[in-house]
Amino acid sequence: MSRNTKINLLLLLAVAALAVLPLVLGLGDHKKEPFTGSDGEAETAITEIEPDYKPWFSPLYEPPSGEIESALFSLQAALGSGVLAYYFGLRRGRRQGERRALERDRGSGNPAGGTAGESTGEGA
Amino acid sequence: MHIAEGFLPPAHAAAWGVASAPFVLHGVRSLTREVREHPESTLLLGASGAFTFVLSALKLPSVTGSCSHPTGTGLGAILFRPPVMAVLGTITLLFQALLLAHGGLTTLGANVFSMAIAGPWAGYAVYRLLRRYDVPLMVAVFSAAFVADLSTYCVTSVQLALAFPDPGSGFLGALGKFGSIFAVTQIPLAVSEGLLTVLVMRLLVQSSKGELTRLGVLLAGKQSRSETEEVAR
Repeated sequence: MSRNTKINLLLLLAVAALAVLPLVLGLGDHKKEPFTGSDGEAETAITEIEPDYKPWFSPLYEPPSGEIESALFSLQAALGSGVLAYYFGLRRGRRQGERRALERDRGSGNPAGGTAGESTGEGA
Repeated sequence: MHIAEGFLPPAHAAAWGVASAPFVLHGVRSLTREVREHPESTLLLGASGAFTFVLSALKLPSVTGSCSHPTGTGLGAILFRPPVMAVLGTITLLFQALLLAHGGLTTLGANVFSMAIAGPWAGYAVYRLLRRYDVPLMVAVFSAAFVADLSTYCVTSVQLALAFPDPGSGFLGALGKFGSIFAVTQIPLAVSEGLLTVLVMRLLVQSSKGELTRLGVLLAGKQSRSETEEVAR
């Protein structure tokens, strides 16, 4: 594994650790309902400050259940990661194609000299 | 940072809408110009929007025992400047308001102002400042993403405190209340967002050197070459 890949994996690991630690350490235990959304908590705070406040408009469409809502949230994440994966896949493919074309152009005369320098960036 | 539908008094909702509109309109103009002059950057634009899409759908647990989500706006602000991000962020917020009942149409102006305008500009300012003093690229990227994320939630806290000042302690009391809900929860998430943005920027440095040079993220000069070599190794 190249040093580059290792750093990328470490970054992912750090993000995963930051997400898991609050759960493992039980940081939500002091709450009646642990790990609710902060947006919802803000709504509660509003009604604490102004008990009479009534929202004057309601969403045009509301997901009928928590399942549908989480499905739509996953759809959002899936769409985003799909586009990102397409982008990086396309770039990688293009780079490989360019590299191959370059090697072909250099001809069979000196394949070792041509590939040794190029292949260093491969491990990405 | 999503202020729920109907949860801002009409006057506030309208004021934030008026404040946000010119930024978004200007953003639409920058975006169309960018696409027309550099059609090859459309893909990277899509990827920047996609990054915001993914990150704002990720609700992560935080140290306060509640959940919140990153914004993903720092990356696009660095690559394409904040006006473009105003548009991409607005699209994301519209999707969530219309399909997920998350945020809302009446609060769209306020939410756009915090996530798609204030956050990207704050992050971009930090990025430019750090780069001017020759801070390494990835340190600047991390800081920009961190600041874009956190400042978004600070602005939301200010928006809510303005609309709902505490009867006893006034604006500042309410700011403390909303700030402890939003801003404190957000600190570890802003770190996560910083790390993820660095990850994507590293992948971009490997895969899209030409594009990054054109956008001014990588300089054609000596200093940036040593940076790309370090990452590309």
